[in-house]
Amino acid sequence: MNGAFGRELTCRALVELVTDYLEDRLSSAERARFELHLHACDGCRAYLAQMRALVRAARRLARRDLRPAVREELVTLFREWRRAQGAG
Amino acid sequence: MSSSGGAPAHMTPSHPELQVGSGGSRAGRPPGGAPPGEGDVLEALRSGDEAAFAALVDRYHASLIRVARLYVASEAAAEEVAQETWLGVLQGLEGFQGRCTLKAWIFTILANIARSRGARDKRMLPMSSLGPEDEDRGPSVDPERFNPDGHPRWPGHWSQPPEAWEEDELVSRETLAAIKAAIETLPPTQRAVMTMRDVEGLDSAETCHILGISEGNQRVLLHRARSKVRKALEGYMAAGEVSL
Repeated sequence: MNGAFGRELTCRALVELVTDYLEDRLSSAERARFELHLHACDGCRAYLAQMRALVRAARRLARRDLRPAVREELVTLFREWRRAQGAG
Repeated sequence: MSSSGGAPAHMTPSHPELQVGSGGSRAGRPPGGAPPGEGDVLEALRSGDEAAFAALVDRYHASLIRVARLYVASEAAAEEVAQETWLGVLQGLEGFQGRCTLKAWIFTILANIARSRGARDKRMLPMSSLGPEDEDRGPSVDPERFNPDGHPRWPGHWSQPPEAWEEDELVSRETLAAIKAAIETLPPTQRAVMTMRDVEGLDSAETCHILGISEGNQRVLLHRARSKVRKALEGYMAAGEVSL
């Protein structure tokens, strides 16, 4: 079958489209072809799942440990700015 | 201090072509269109609300340090850059017109300060001109993992398909350290894009605005970065060590 789906996507080609897929930058025809392949391919589903898992895990590297002294210093900076604003 | 006389040099956008209204660069929202609630935050800051400022610091300071670290050579320098950023934010507050999100604006101030600091320290993130490092057009996955083109039944399909990862193992401290190590070995621009998008959770419009790159370029860099880190992580999950 030709038309919107064109020829079948190989796994080797699919892995190059994964980011465009996740970023929602594929055309609707490309997206359909991508999803059609996924539907039939355990390997590519696993690959996509790995990418999603990686992105989720990477987000955990963003710890927000802020030393109280640093916070206090910045709040002091704000107070000084506020005072200068009031004076100006 | 008054805001007449214009903003300090580091607060003028270094990439005016990426300002909202440049048009046609991508279909999604520009880094503008302030989200609901942002106006309230701005109003609170301008009226001297200390709690609003502290909340912003809690939210972004650690993130600012990590992003600054992309540009400067030491953790101490990154901390200074982050501190200086807050001063820039306060000084620019009156003039901020909401043409990008508050978050994108704060990070752009950071990037401008970090860039000049990095230049002084001879550590430049080659942002505007993407260097040869980013011309690597190698495949995302080792070609050996697929059947050759001449394969009778399944050319180009997996010969060694990837395996499912255990979620528990993936978020263990050791695995997260492996992911961090793999990101750190990426070429600078790829590392910057992946750090901003996947670690800090900035969206693509914000990332482009801060780095001064096009959306398409950003996506190519993100793709290469994620592909390499996935590969390293796959090696780690199989053998317990990082290999790029």
